Amino acid sequence: MSAAIEFDRVVKTFAKSGGGVQTVLDGVSFTIPRGKTTVIAGGSGQGKSVTLKLVLGLVRADSGRVLVHGRDITRAGGRELEEVRSQFGVLFQGSALFDSLTVFENVALPLRERTAKSEEEIRLLVAASLRQFELAGHEDKYPAQLSGGMQKRVGLARAMQLKPSIMLFDEPTTGLDPVMTREIYHLFARTQAEFGFTSVIVSHDIPKIFNLADQVIILHRGQMDVFSSPEAIQWSEKPHIREFVKMTMGDIYQSSVVEK
Amino acid sequence: MVVPSQQDFGIPRSFPPCTALQPTFAMTSNPLARLGNTGLYLLCDLGKMTLFLGKAVRGVFRRPFRFRELLRQVHFIGFGSLAVIFFTAASTGMVLGLQGYYSLNKFGAEGMLGSAVSLTLIMELGPVLTALMVAGRAGSAMCAELGIMRISEQIDALDCMAVDPFRYFITPKFLAAIISVPLLTAVFDVVGIAGGYVAGVGLMGVSPGSYFQGMEGSVTNHDIRLGIIKSFVFALLVVWICTGRGYFVREIRGAGFGAESVSRVTTQAVVLSSIAVLVFDYLLTAVLL
Repeated sequence: MSAAIEFDRVVKTFAKSGGGVQTVLDGVSFTIPRGKTTVIAGGSGQGKSVTLKLVLGLVRADSGRVLVHGRDITRAGGRELEEVRSQFGVLFQGSALFDSLTVFENVALPLRERTAKSEEEIRLLVAASLRQFELAGHEDKYPAQLSGGMQKRVGLARAMQLKPSIMLFDEPTTGLDPVMTREIYHLFARTQAEFGFTSVIVSHDIPKIFNLADQVIILHRGQMDVFSSPEAIQWSEKPHIREFVKMTMGDIYQSSVVEK
Repeated sequence: MVVPSQQDFGIPRSFPPCTALQPTFAMTSNPLARLGNTGLYLLCDLGKMTLFLGKAVRGVFRRPFRFRELLRQVHFIGFGSLAVIFFTAASTGMVLGLQGYYSLNKFGAEGMLGSAVSLTLIMELGPVLTALMVAGRAGSAMCAELGIMRISEQIDALDCMAVDPFRYFITPKFLAAIISVPLLTAVFDVVGIAGGYVAGVGLMGVSPGSYFQGMEGSVTNHDIRLGIIKSFVFALLVVWICTGRGYFVREIRGAGFGAESVSRVTTQAVVLSSIAVLVFDYLLTAVLL
């Protein structure tokens, strides 16, 4: 099983507002396997989003390496970074849709900017994609006119346009009601089965999100613990993991497969 | 492969990296340490702004060039500012006409009114007031737009799609400002001179012939060139500072977070660009006059 993403002794610190330095990642190493779903969980402020930003090259590590398909992005710049990023699709926490563009223009943006396709081809591709994500009929609306769940689906449709090999999801269900959350999970399962991308999900939504996970990483005070399955978390002897399990999952938890 | 860490170079891990210095600073009571920290912050800020300018210039050469976005920005910065430029120029020209007449009349030299009004407008007030108006109207809007795009992760989204945000929407703003501000300055000069004519000739009774003759005799190509150079430099300063502040909204010391940070940084951008215009006005006049 080859690695899509590899962290090698990564250190990341930030300055605290009152002075001093906060170490968010303290020499962490782990691998994210290709074609599988990895869930990164942990309490607030433990560095989950920073981990995603390190993968994307939006934040630079103080030391250590972050390898994406074997290329070290901590030292990449300019065009090399663009090449690595072109393998990613990202669904941001707040969807990050361009609010001055319509749904159609948002989804068409990667195709217009990154491919040489004609407007007619782009129109057909976007229309097919919007149908797939149940957004047909909303092409001319602006993001502000959509519900939170619809915005997530537009964000997902936009992220999928260039057929990425790695999809990164930052808190994909934050702010959504249970029905919409379930809908988004179904969409994940369906699109991953269809496209076979490597998927990294940062989420608070425990234990539901574990239904999707092939591997779980738990962040705690700058350290990471990697588990091969959600059940394996419960067998851990480490006190902070036992505390985490108790707080988030109760005493007994068994994963079940999301209906596909 | 063994990767060297900060400690391998003898740098303690507690030493914050350059990026960590920018948004916050250690609240130490040692005044020297505070001064040093502020110096480092300003140096980092200047370095980032210089790189920002370099990337905006590089965006001109990256393809595909977004010509429609350039036109949209020229329409916003140039055409959108025409009304405010027209009224500012008309009132400035009329005040200059009245004040000039009052001063020159004391020496019996009201025939020089055309010369005084046109030279003041072409070399000084035209470029400066146009740049200040553009900073207030378009610069603030550009800064707020970029700030909101930054805090709502829209700029990160462009980066993650491997779409260069500079080529996509920052470089067109630079080019649009550099095209629009000199043209707006020309409009300012013409309307201002007409305003001076209305006040001086129409209201105060200076002869129309002497108004234009004085202008023709004293305004040289050198004076007009100075005005044009100033307007280009001011355009660059305003668009650079306003877009740069918006782009770095999260990294500006004391800006705070969220909507408040955008409002504070927008105010800062307009103030900074106005001061930069006034300082460079003096420097350019001293060097080129």
